[in-house]
Amino acid sequence: MITLDLLCARFSRLRVEDLQAWIAEGHVRPERAAGDLVFSDLDVERVRLILELRDDMAVNEEALPVVLSLLDQLYELRRRLRAMGVEPDLRA
Amino acid sequence: MAEDPYKTLGVPRDASTETIRAAYRKLARKHHPDLNPGKPEAEAKFKAVSAANELLSDPEKRARFDRGEIDADGQEQRPAGSYRQYAEQPTGAKYGARTGQRPEAEVFDDLFADIFEQRRRAESGPRKGRDESYRLAVPFLHAVEGATETLTLPDGRSLSVKIPPGVETGQVLRLRGQGGPGRNGGPAGDALIELDVAEHSLFRREGFNLHLELPVTLREAVLGGHVLVPTPSGPLRVSLPEGSDTGRQIRLRGRGIAAHGKREAGDLLLTLRVVIGAADEALKAFLRDWKPEDPQDPRAGMEAAP
Repeated sequence: MITLDLLCARFSRLRVEDLQAWIAEGHVRPERAAGDLVFSDLDVERVRLILELRDDMAVNEEALPVVLSLLDQLYELRRRLRAMGVEPDLRA
Repeated sequence: MAEDPYKTLGVPRDASTETIRAAYRKLARKHHPDLNPGKPEAEAKFKAVSAANELLSDPEKRARFDRGEIDADGQEQRPAGSYRQYAEQPTGAKYGARTGQRPEAEVFDDLFADIFEQRRRAESGPRKGRDESYRLAVPFLHAVEGATETLTLPDGRSLSVKIPPGVETGQVLRLRGQGGPGRNGGPAGDALIELDVAEHSLFRREGFNLHLELPVTLREAVLGGHVLVPTPSGPLRVSLPEGSDTGRQIRLRGRGIAAHGKREAGDLLLTLRVVIGAADEALKAFLRDWKPEDPQDPRAGMEAAP
């Protein structure tokens, strides 16, 4: 669990306004502890993914929610498969 | 030793910064491990591509590499694709698939549970076919009287759809066994037919009653008499009483929506409207000389509210 300041320090190309916008959009969902936002490892890696989508893959502001939504659905399915004891990458 | 970074990115040795960036973007989109969780080989590809980009996108490092001062290895490997490792854990459900802006994990739970349940059944035994949805336009009077419509399916089959009297737009009829074929000897699915009842130029529906505005002549209104009225089941002779003024309602019992099962038929309610039309000389002459026995002011008591 790290704070917003630490998170911004970890990624040099992350601007705090962008992060706040992503939080407002629900792309990143930190928890609130004693009035402060705290980010889990999952949140941190998600921020990294969004940065890579934006900066390395040129996914723009409009396309970002579409990509995230598809990814969320993909991982949702993979979690379900795993919960059912199916290893998603093994071919039958 | 890592492969030649120029080869990895597929660019010539004299490629411009833009060409390198474009080539990197293209490959990153293709091989990013978080976008390819089912392909372990994508991760290695992406790492190689990232390392090559890191080397070639930095003019200083690129120059040193070109001069042979450093080799393609030894670059800091950036962690990439680690979102995947977290997202696939149960705690990853925090970013579950969602509709709109709010997480609605329960909805998807049900959805997926359903899908997997169906699949499980398909694997183990007979499975019912899929339900297929269609829309069917129904003429107003067919919805009033009941009718049999023909629905042509996309595959060319046609279904005979019995429309009971009194159906409304949005109502769904289920034809058992007319949907997708079953598997492993399972029964076929159902055809779900959503009805779309058209409006009518004369009749207006209210519950199981119908309304019709009936124009009458001055003579019919004053003297009464027989008039022919269109009804859903055909023209009907209706006797108007004397003094049938505009606005008067006449109820024709059982001439509305046809009876169905235990439900009785609705009524047809006529609302009269006197139509004077072009008055001839005789009528004008009569009215000029006419002295009503009991003069009335139809606007009595009508005052504009403040």
